[in-house]
Amino acid sequence: MSGATLATRGLAKNFGSLVVARDIELTLPAGARYALIGPNGAGKTTLINLITGMVAPDGGRILLGDEDITALEPQERVRRGLTRTFQINTLFPKLNALEAVTLAVAERRGFAGQFWKDLAIYKEAIEEAHDILVRLRLADSCYRPTRELPYGRQRLLEIALALATRPKVLLLDEPAAGVPQEESGDIFEAVASLSGDLTLLFIEHDMHVVFRFATHIIVLVGGAVFAQGSPAEISADPRVREVYLGTRKHA
Amino acid sequence: MTSVDSTATPQDYLRSLSRWHPIEIVFWLATLVPFFLFPDYLSLASQIAIAALFALSLDIILGYGGIVSLGHAAFFGIGAYAAAIFSKFVMGEPVIGLFAAALVAGIAGFASSFIIARFRHFTLIMITLGLGLLMQEIANRAHWLTGGSDGFQGIDIRPVLGIFRFDLYGYTAYGYALATLFVLFLATRRLVNSPFGLALRGIRERLVRMPAIGAAPRAHIQKAYTIAAVMAGIAGALLAQTTQTAALESISFQRSADVVVMLVLGGAGRLYGGLIGAVIFMIARDQFSGIAPQFWYFWIGLLLITVVMLLPNGILGGLSDIYARWRRK
Amino acid sequence: MLPPVFGVLFDGIAYGMLLFVLSVGLSVTLGLMNFVNLAHCAFAMLGGYVTVTLIDQLHWPFLATLPAAFLAAAAASVVLERVFYRRLYRASDLDQVLLTIGLAFVSVAVAAYFFGTLQQGIETPPMLRGSTAFFGLSLGNYRIFLIGVALLVTVLLVGGLEYTRFGAQVRAAVDNQRMASGLGINVDRTFAYTFALGSGLAGLGGALAIDIVGLDPNFSFAYLVYVLIIVSVGGLGSITGSFFAALLIGVSDIAGKYYFPELGAFLIYLVMLIILMWRPAGLFGKR
Repeated sequence: MSGATLATRGLAKNFGSLVVARDIELTLPAGARYALIGPNGAGKTTLINLITGMVAPDGGRILLGDEDITALEPQERVRRGLTRTFQINTLFPKLNALEAVTLAVAERRGFAGQFWKDLAIYKEAIEEAHDILVRLRLADSCYRPTRELPYGRQRLLEIALALATRPKVLLLDEPAAGVPQEESGDIFEAVASLSGDLTLLFIEHDMHVVFRFATHIIVLVGGAVFAQGSPAEISADPRVREVYLGTRKHA
Repeated sequence: MTSVDSTATPQDYLRSLSRWHPIEIVFWLATLVPFFLFPDYLSLASQIAIAALFALSLDIILGYGGIVSLGHAAFFGIGAYAAAIFSKFVMGEPVIGLFAAALVAGIAGFASSFIIARFRHFTLIMITLGLGLLMQEIANRAHWLTGGSDGFQGIDIRPVLGIFRFDLYGYTAYGYALATLFVLFLATRRLVNSPFGLALRGIRERLVRMPAIGAAPRAHIQKAYTIAAVMAGIAGALLAQTTQTAALESISFQRSADVVVMLVLGGAGRLYGGLIGAVIFMIARDQFSGIAPQFWYFWIGLLLITVVMLLPNGILGGLSDIYARWRRK
Repeated sequence: MLPPVFGVLFDGIAYGMLLFVLSVGLSVTLGLMNFVNLAHCAFAMLGGYVTVTLIDQLHWPFLATLPAAFLAAAAASVVLERVFYRRLYRASDLDQVLLTIGLAFVSVAVAAYFFGTLQQGIETPPMLRGSTAFFGLSLGNYRIFLIGVALLVTVLLVGGLEYTRFGAQVRAAVDNQRMASGLGINVDRTFAYTFALGSGLAGLGGALAIDIVGLDPNFSFAYLVYVLIIVSVGGLGSITGSFFAALLIGVSDIAGKYYFPELGAFLIYLVMLIILMWRPAGLFGKR
């Protein structure tokens, strides 16, 4: 999996008089690891929704590699390698992990519309799905319905589903949100083990995590890019300190 | 849940999900019993088989796809009238008539699927209801085509495949209906265990996640809706052919509502739910037929309330819960 | 001298106003909680039978039975909400549909058991019988009364919604449930009160309907389709929407019966489908 570049040019969105995205210019080089931080309500999830096509922008463009994807449907963007995970688990409660990831693989491989062949004959796809689960240490509970999995495992399954789409650019929305301290290590190991070529943008509140993983930080406040730069630059920036009232440990 | 041993591969596990369970074989053998033990009830048996097929068709979109349709009888009725018209004006051989009815119902299903796939929740329910009522009105008004409230006149059904004549006792009718049900059941069983079946369940479980894994839910929904329309149309055609009548009842809201009740009673999304529900519903209605309709409404109403409040997965769901609890001991 | 078409228009408006009173409660509760209550017309039927009983058995005057019909239906809805509806607020559409249809079925059976299946009629007070001359037309007095009651209900509802604290809570919850509860509004309780109000109005509608369309155990279903059409066309949660949709349906139905009897309800279903495809949330619904 090699990464692609992701860029936004002048991205804007308002809901009535509420401006949630204000002229956002971003450029993520291939293989970058960018953290998106900011106070609650700054518009971070909205930005991900705009980039992935779940919300239509009022202005601006989104570029994946050389291609302008602004007019594409969300599933088309996924097919071109732009995938996201959700802050709140958006999983299939009654499907088990194997079925869920296999479904994602089937969609990517294009045989999800097949209705006259048994799912079990698609050996390669099933093994691919299983391998992803093994890598994320979900294999031993992969036959249990998703709703029976502990919360931390469900967060890992969020990531597994995203990986099944073989993304070139991956947007992680608070991957460890709500996960207890003891388990969040698993999540970040999973993130760390992701291919170095993959372009990554993750929303995070825990500054330790941010400083550990990010090569570059974007600070979003009130729907606009407040500051961006290397971790050293951002931590030294007095305006950022002011916005956050000191280094934040956990949201 | 199937028990998993440590040497089984994930592929083995998935294969085990679609394996035939001995109880299924018992069920299908039991469907042959009316031939020998209840020869006086063969016409009821073929009605049950037809209702079961209709409920199975609804299960595809409702049980597996999560689409609540209150107008599914539109396709049942279209199939019935198509088969009737085909027998009168083209040829009387029933199996070819089934194909003709399937085609007409399929086209209707495909056309309406463009509308259906774009909506959800209350709007979708209203649109399915509206389409169903519209079809009912058209059938009522188009006397020249359907016979209106007098019913279709002049159905001429020949022997099945040129060999099996429809007899007065109903042996051929039940055999024909049962065989069709079984064949389509096998097809549905395969569909449910296919990648497409998994995609439908994904749509039912969490529609919003589907585009996020690269899926286009609309295309899947349209496909499922068309397939369900074809099957419902075949069920309607069977009714017209085995009873030699096609009437407004077949396209009525009553029939749309009854099939939802049957499916939910047995348990939606469980393949056999519609079949079990049809058996129970039709036998119960037959027993109640002498009594005033109010009593029927009372018990059906009570049943629906009970199912929703206490048995959300229908009878099959309740049974499987009991079984699971028993196994845990 | 007004041409007869205005007489037809008048009848249509009166019918539409009756349908409005019957429908408005369902529109608000659907808009508020997305709870699909197909037993709505069963409450209307209850109101109708309360009126019949009070007039026949206790010899109450008709006008006095109207508040009783309202209160009886509202009280019944409170009981049902506590026992059943409350558990299904977050259930699937299908479950809500099935439960409420089940309740409607039971109501039909119970009504048939106690009142028989024949249509009921009532004697309205002399003031409401007969007709008034108006520019050459003969307008039924009962229909004039009906329009008056409906307009009064509209004024009270709109006023209540705009100017009372409860009304503001209802509007907030219809607009954005999550945010409303975030602001401290108890959405479930707001729904329970609104539901009682809406069901009460249905009961009132049922009582008013007796003299226009009659009353029998089938009432629960006979008008359900029209009510659903009005609610979906008008827009969930919109009083204005219900008002105009009810007028539209009422006039179309009566005019249709006069001028195009062969078409039947075909036109109404078609119009509903077209409007829903164009505006899925209804004409005045939230986008």
